[in-house]
Amino acid sequence: MKIGVKDVEYVARLARLKLSDEEKEEFAVQLNDILTYMDKLNELDTKEVKPTSHVIPVKNVFRDDEVRESFPREPSLRNAPEKARGFYKVPKIIEQTKG
Amino acid sequence: MEWSQLTGHEAHEHLMKKSFSSLELTQSFYRWIQKVDSKVAAYLTLTEEEAYQQAQRADERIAKGEGVHELTGIPLALKDILCTQSMRTTCGSKILDHFRPPYDATVIRRLRDSGAVFLGKVNMDEFAMGSSTENSGFGITRNPWDINRIPGGSSGGSAAAVAADECIASLGSDTGGSVRQPAACCGVVGLKPTYGRVSRFGLVAFASSLDQIGPITKDVTDCAILMNTISGHDTNDSTSVNVKVPDYRKALINDVRAMKLGIPKEYFVEGMDRDVERAVWEAINLLEQWGASIKEVSLPHTEYAVATYYIICTAEASSNLARYDGVKYGHRASEYNGLIDMYAKTRAEGFGPEVKRRIMLGTYVLSAGYYDAYYRKAQQVRTRITEDFDRAFEEYDALLTPTSPTPAFMIGEKIKDPLQMYLSDIFTIPVNLAGIPGISIPCGFSSGGLPIGLHIIGKHFDEEKILRVAYTYEQRTDWHLKRPQLD
Repeated sequence: MKIGVKDVEYVARLARLKLSDEEKEEFAVQLNDILTYMDKLNELDTKEVKPTSHVIPVKNVFRDDEVRESFPREPSLRNAPEKARGFYKVPKIIEQTKG
Repeated sequence: MEWSQLTGHEAHEHLMKKSFSSLELTQSFYRWIQKVDSKVAAYLTLTEEEAYQQAQRADERIAKGEGVHELTGIPLALKDILCTQSMRTTCGSKILDHFRPPYDATVIRRLRDSGAVFLGKVNMDEFAMGSSTENSGFGITRNPWDINRIPGGSSGGSAAAVAADECIASLGSDTGGSVRQPAACCGVVGLKPTYGRVSRFGLVAFASSLDQIGPITKDVTDCAILMNTISGHDTNDSTSVNVKVPDYRKALINDVRAMKLGIPKEYFVEGMDRDVERAVWEAINLLEQWGASIKEVSLPHTEYAVATYYIICTAEASSNLARYDGVKYGHRASEYNGLIDMYAKTRAEGFGPEVKRRIMLGTYVLSAGYYDAYYRKAQQVRTRITEDFDRAFEEYDALLTPTSPTPAFMIGEKIKDPLQMYLSDIFTIPVNLAGIPGISIPCGFSSGGLPIGLHIIGKHFDEEKILRVAYTYEQRTDWHLKRPQLD
């Protein structure tokens, strides 16, 4: 087994996903199958091969630093699940430390 | 002939001759959609009011003869992955159920400028992750040729809508075959352009180094017309490439004499569907009879493409989908205990099983200790796969393969077995990894009456040659004229 329920829980925490016990079991089995299939790549010796992150040669794209109008506030906020006084509203980020 | 069966260029001629108006044409599409979409279920959102306004404006343009384009007044369906200003855009996901983008994707802007009419938004696998449209958060779309079968995916709503004459043409997106495979399953034309040919601005991101928007149409001419409109550099997408866009209609040449076409032997393997094999070989033989030179070629790293793809695309997806956190847009869980719990519950409630699976896989292959073994390794194999194509294109103008190893499979057949589902894109995935263009065109039917697609692959920024092969084949066959029975 490449990956067990404990690993699934760890990865889910990294990915900010709350999984049910059923999902954890199912993902452990399925991810195992898929990762085993991916081992196929180890048949290839790629020591000297340059990795491709992008197929078309791209260079950093620069533009002049000109003042432009920014995207207006109202439409930016229109889809927010919660907002207040022209801002996105989120739960408290810095939680009180428990004594 | 029913108006809804017209291609875009045919409808354009009628509009210019004033045999009917765009408003009448648009109304007739909504009547047909009312009649058949209960069976096909291609549409997620219909935008009648706006469509009639667009149609009226198109009619005014035509009456004045000012700024008339081949797409002016032509009714289209849009994959729900494309941001349309103030128009619901779900990406097939509950997490974006009520999302109304504050801006248009660049391709949408270009279509608006040309005077096209938007009938509505069509179904897809959630975040374009799937090959059957069964992963949509809003129900299953059915194949118009057999409503017990899948339309392909992820652009299944687009391909089904075109095949069922519920629109004249559609735009889809293709990360591993999501335009070409559904086009093949539904018997229509689908093109994935070269990476960088079409701006991705406003395309909801799945795997950014692979995603590309492409047309799904009733014939190759409409494909060229849409390509003329959507292609080109865009300062809003720094990966769109500043290369001159040719007039793709000029590539529609009914002649393949002296063209060199390669047949990658790794794509014709033992155990492939016999109907698919027969139909594709018949097409190859015809092209040879018409003067193309046909030779076998080897792409030795083909068998590694699916594994490579599912490492790269899930890694990119896990990063791209981090933005769905219940803060700026989309669903937010109603009950939670602190910020982190809000994220985790929001995402658990909003995403479907395949999206969660891919986020998990992508997070795993990028996590400490596994990055080199999976992600870096996959990027290295990607280089090998690209080199295979580079070598082949030193000698050949285009390559011919099946689009999909089987015709459309049954609804429910592969949904419980993710790996089997992934393998249905085995012939389209290498093209995305290499960033080259590919087109699927109808080339026959299975013994059970299901459409089969011929896949024509070209080199970077050479859509013209694959359009030429596709056009020649289409002009001399009549598969593209067949229609499913839906009444």
